[in-house]
Amino acid sequence: MGKLKKIRFFPIYFYLQNEIKYRFYLYSMTIAPDKKQTRKVIFASSVGTLIEWYDFYIFGSLAPIIATQFFPKTNPTAALLSTLATFAAGFIVRPFGALVFGRLGDMIGRKYTFMLTLVLMGGSTFAIGLIPGYETLGFLAPLLVLLLRLVQGLALGGEYGGAATYVAEHAPDHKRGYYTSWIQTTATLGLLLSLGIILITRKSLAADDAESIRIFEEWGWRIPFWFSVALVGMSIYIRLKMHESPLFTKLKKEGKTSTNPIRESLMHKGNLKMVLLALFGATMGQGVVWYTGQFYAQTFLEAKCLVDFEQTRTILIWAIIAATPLFIVFGKLSDTWGRKWIIMVGLLLAIFSYRPIYQKMLDLTTTEQVVKDNRKTKIERVIVPAGKSDYGLERTTTSYFFQNGIVEKVSKTDTLFQSGKEAEGKASGKSKELPNDIYWAMVALVFIQIVFVTMVYGPIAAFLVEIFPTRIRYTSMSLPYHLGNGVFGGMTPFIAVLLGTMYSGDALVGLWYPIAVAAVCLVIGSIYLSNKIDPNVND
Amino acid sequence: MNQVKKYLGVVWILIAVVAYSTLLITSIEQINQKPTVDTIIQWSIFAFVFFPIAIGLIVFGWLAASGAYDHLPKSSNEVEE
Repeated sequence: MGKLKKIRFFPIYFYLQNEIKYRFYLYSMTIAPDKKQTRKVIFASSVGTLIEWYDFYIFGSLAPIIATQFFPKTNPTAALLSTLATFAAGFIVRPFGALVFGRLGDMIGRKYTFMLTLVLMGGSTFAIGLIPGYETLGFLAPLLVLLLRLVQGLALGGEYGGAATYVAEHAPDHKRGYYTSWIQTTATLGLLLSLGIILITRKSLAADDAESIRIFEEWGWRIPFWFSVALVGMSIYIRLKMHESPLFTKLKKEGKTSTNPIRESLMHKGNLKMVLLALFGATMGQGVVWYTGQFYAQTFLEAKCLVDFEQTRTILIWAIIAATPLFIVFGKLSDTWGRKWIIMVGLLLAIFSYRPIYQKMLDLTTTEQVVKDNRKTKIERVIVPAGKSDYGLERTTTSYFFQNGIVEKVSKTDTLFQSGKEAEGKASGKSKELPNDIYWAMVALVFIQIVFVTMVYGPIAAFLVEIFPTRIRYTSMSLPYHLGNGVFGGMTPFIAVLLGTMYSGDALVGLWYPIAVAAVCLVIGSIYLSNKIDPNVND
Repeated sequence: MNQVKKYLGVVWILIAVVAYSTLLITSIEQINQKPTVDTIIQWSIFAFVFFPIAIGLIVFGWLAASGAYDHLPKSSNEVEE
């Protein structure tokens, strides 16, 4: 009987014990935030957000391989465009994710909402890695990829706003920029992680490099997608231990949560004007600067400067590693100087530096008027048998050595028939290996662009949190963030490449899109935004 | 400064109208030049996605022209009023 009583009362005891602990936690976080607790909050939020960005970016980083796997191979450009369109679809749905999950976050709470987004993101990423290619499933394959990509976009739309709001609502007033800047590092670190995992996987599938790359392109590209499950599992475990935001809990206890956050965010004139101001005066410029510095730079290095696949990625990796601490620096500085002018100066520098920077990138990698050392020209031939077929493939790589140290590799694949006939193929690829001095100069040029990113992006979470009320903060800040980053920013590489194909005479024509958007944003932000820091986000 | 904010409101409306019209005309031209599925899809996406953005910029311009940004709220209570 005594044992039965214990069992019956155990849940009540357990509940009370937790309730007391939680009350104490709420009290401590509202009255005097404890450093250790705040660090835990920042860590748990940042790890989850970083993983979501990783999941989102591996798709973009593997776009050319995904194109060959899931889209008809007849026209490689069409295949790449289709993938980029899918990529864009991932960005376009982000604002809808912001609305759907923002609404949930403002109604049921921050913690459970961004837990849900994490599960959705991890599940869809893992599933992309499982879908058989176009040759096996036909059109169902690209359709499934597209659907899962949309789920990824929706989940990401809900994640960032929740994490930024959650951290900001735990942060002391004079350190909001500093604390939220940790969340701001996650997008860049997620990109870094995706590039790193791809490079490691690409090199470690076989002892021979060429064979490893072949396996990677055949099926190994799926590994970074599967790897996501482990990361998401770890993050869910960490986040399960977190408590709800103290400000939201207080609001909920008082019965002051919003019943229709979307309506209040968009239909209420006072709030709508702030949503529009945040979009046109800050996030749209910030979005294009982010995606130009970290995505278009990569596309430009590979497509226009013809830099080798691996060097392109490592250039970006070094630049990111060197620049990432600056997110924290500018976030911290924004607590003293205000958010507005740091963002505006970042935009201004980007507007006036982009064309000179990209021109320099072209100049450094050109081989047009550089003397070629013909004595060093090297030709390598590899014959690959094609199973039981009556033909094999002959891959020829010719390496040309230039006086400035650049090695240009031109590869060609011919078909060899058993009958002895040979079908000559077209030159299938051209890439350049950079010598050390040019390589590090490129790292410096990308680094400068990421410095602009840290200036515009470091303080933006604190800025967005401060201009909206707690009861509709998740929805209201997520919408301009994802419109600015998803639509304006996410479309940058796509629109820039398209401009390049429309006006092929100017290699830098693609830059006019980010420059124009950033310029309009700079004028609006400078004139209409206030530089004052809101001392109270509890309202 | 408030006068400048109001006058610029008209500029934002004009930018929204001109930019979106240019995008629409370019989309139609590009689709007519090369009516493949890829061209149709990508230009339709642009036209679809930037339509609400253009409307947003028009509303922003209209609010600026009507003096809504003369004073920015100092607390959330002011936002909700």
